[in-house]
Amino acid sequence: MSNAPASEATADPVPTPEPAPTLHGFPLTESHGQAVLHLPRPQYVAVMKKLIADGYVMAIDLCGVDYLTHPGRSLPDGVEPERFEVVVNLLDIEHRRRLRVRVQVPADDATCPSLFDLHPGTEAMEREAYDMFGIAFVDHPDLTRILMPEDWQGHPLRKDYGVGAIPVQFSADYARDSATSAADNTAEVAPWQ
Amino acid sequence: MAMTDSTPTGSTHAGDTQAALLYLTGEGGQELRPRSELTAKELMREVGAVLRISEADAAKLSADAPVGATEFHDDQTMIINMGPQHPSTHGVLRLMLELQGETVLRCKPIIGYLHTGMEKTGETLTYMQGGTNVTRMDYVSPLNNELVFSMAVEKLLGIDGDIPERAVWMRMLLSELNRMSSHLLFMATNGMDLGAVSMMLYGWREREEVLRFFQKVTGLRMNHNFIRPGGLAADLPAGWRDDVLAILDMLPPRLAEYDTLMTGQPIWRDRLQGVGVITPQEAMALGATGPILRSTGLAWDLRRDMPYLHYDQMEFDVIVGMYGDCFDRFAIRLNEIRESMKIVRQILDRMPSGDYRIQNKKVTPPPRARIDESMEALIHHFKIFTEGFKVPEGEVYVAIESPRGEIGCYIASDGSPKPYRMHVRAPSFVNIQTLPHMMRNCLVADAVAIISSVDPVLGEVDR
Repeated sequence: MSNAPASEATADPVPTPEPAPTLHGFPLTESHGQAVLHLPRPQYVAVMKKLIADGYVMAIDLCGVDYLTHPGRSLPDGVEPERFEVVVNLLDIEHRRRLRVRVQVPADDATCPSLFDLHPGTEAMEREAYDMFGIAFVDHPDLTRILMPEDWQGHPLRKDYGVGAIPVQFSADYARDSATSAADNTAEVAPWQ
Repeated sequence: MAMTDSTPTGSTHAGDTQAALLYLTGEGGQELRPRSELTAKELMREVGAVLRISEADAAKLSADAPVGATEFHDDQTMIINMGPQHPSTHGVLRLMLELQGETVLRCKPIIGYLHTGMEKTGETLTYMQGGTNVTRMDYVSPLNNELVFSMAVEKLLGIDGDIPERAVWMRMLLSELNRMSSHLLFMATNGMDLGAVSMMLYGWREREEVLRFFQKVTGLRMNHNFIRPGGLAADLPAGWRDDVLAILDMLPPRLAEYDTLMTGQPIWRDRLQGVGVITPQEAMALGATGPILRSTGLAWDLRRDMPYLHYDQMEFDVIVGMYGDCFDRFAIRLNEIRESMKIVRQILDRMPSGDYRIQNKKVTPPPRARIDESMEALIHHFKIFTEGFKVPEGEVYVAIESPRGEIGCYIASDGSPKPYRMHVRAPSFVNIQTLPHMMRNCLVADAVAIISSVDPVLGEVDR
C-alpha cells in the first residue's frame, strides 16, 4: 500500500499545468478563499470600469501598503513586486461577492491613477493613502493631507518612518531621544514668521 | 476662516498675532476655498460625484475655470467653522460651511484632530495585543472592532473554522448587545442635537444598563479587549442569563416611550422628515454603508447578505427606509434595537456549553492552574505574552456589520508575530463623505440634524 500513491501518479499522464486563472486578462489569485486581482497601473482604471459592468459597483475600501522591509511576498507570475501597493476592496451587492484589487506602485514614481471618476467614495480613502504613504493619485480633485496637519513632514505609515519615542531616563536611548526632542524646541524663528 | 488672509498683513504686532493664529489653527489646503476660487473640479468633489451632475451641466463646466462667482460673489456668502469644539459635532469633527443667510451652500468636513496613528501602532503590537488597539477606534461599539480584528487574524491563521461553538455564540451575544448600546447612544445624541434634552437622559440611562452587563462580563464598560484571536478572554459569569433577560424585559416599554416622545411627535417629524435626503445610487457611489445605505431602501446588511458567525441561523428582519432622510435613519436605528433584541433572545435559547476559546497551543495560553505545576506551561505562557504567536504570510480582508456600517480589517502578514500592515475600514470615515452632499442647500439647523443622523464616531474617523 505504501507505493500506491506513486503508482497512481505514474498511471496518470503528466497533467498539463492548468492555465492560471485570469479576469479581464490579468492574473487572479486566491488568498484565504478571497479573490484577488493583480492589475498593472496603466490598465488599472480601464479594468475597474469593466468591473463595474461586472457588478462590482461599490469600492468599499482603499488603502496603501509599504512593502519596503518585506519585498519577498508571494505574487503571481508576471507581477513585478514594487515597494508600494494600492489595495482596493470591491463589493458586488447583486451577486454578494467581493473582489480585491492590488496594484503595484514603484517607489521612484509613487503615483497611481485616481478612482474618483468611477467611485467618488474613494476620495477620502485616496487622500488618506496619500497622507500616510505619499502615493500621489493622479486626477484626484483635492489631493491634500487628511489626517495629519497640512505642514507635516513625511508620510507616517511608510516603513522607514520611525514610530517616535518619548525619552525615558536611564534607558540606553535616552541621550539620543532627548537630543532630538531638544532640537525640535530650539527653532530661533517662529515658523509663521 | 478662509486662508486668503494667511500672509502677514504687516510687521505690526496685530499682524504677527494674526499670522501666528492662522499658522497654529489653520489646515491650509485642507480647508474650504473661497467661492471665487471654486473650480468645476472642486465643485464636483463637493457635490460628491461627477455622476450626479447631468451631462449637460457637466459640459457647461470647464475643468479649471471658476464657476462659483457667477452665482454669488465672495462678499455675499460667509465661510464659517462649525467645530471642532461644538457640542453637536460628536467629538472633534470640524465642518467648514459656506452660508448665504441661513442656507448652507457648501460644506467640507475637516478631520484628523483625533488622529493618533493607530494603524501605525498596530504594526508594533503583537496579534495578542492588537485587540487593545482596535477596540479604541470605534469606542461606542468596541466589541465589533475586536470581533473583526480577531476574525481577520483567525482567517490568516487558518483556524477560523475551528472556533468552539460557545465562543461563536458568545461573540454574537456581545456583538448584538453592543449594537443595542450603540443605537441607544444614538437615540440620546440625536435627541440632544435636536433639542429633545430629556431624550438624551433616557438614551444614556438605557445604554448604561447594557454597559453594566458588559462590565460584569468583561470587567470594563468600554474598550474591553474581550474578544481575542482564538475565542474570548473568559467565560460568561454566573447569572449572565438573568442579567440579559433583565435588559430584554426592561427595554420594550422604554422603546415604546421613545415612540411616544419622538416617533409620533409632529415637531420631531418636522425636524427630520425630508431633511438630508440621499438616493441609493448616491449612497453606493459614496461608499456609504449601514443605516445610511438602508435608509435609501436598499436592504444591505452583512449579517444577512454575507453571514458570518451564525447569523445565517437567526431570524431577524433587515430594516429599510424609503426616503433616505434623517427620519428614516432614526427609525431604522430604533427598530434595529428591537431586531437585535430578537436575535439576543434566540441566542439565549441556543447558547451551547463548552469551551470559550480554541484549544490550540499556538494561540491559547495554558490554564492558570497548569502554570503552578508545569515549567513547560509557564514557559509557554511567557512566550505567548512576550513574543506572541507567528502568523503565516498572507493578506486578508474581513468585514462585518457594525452599528455604523461595514467595518473591515485588512491585515498583511509577513510571517512575524506582529501585523506587517493593519488597516481598518472604518464606516464613519467613509460615511462622513456623504455630509457635503446631504447638506447642500439645507438650513444651518438641519445641518445639525444631518450630522447627527450619520452618527459618526470620531475615534474611528481619525484612528
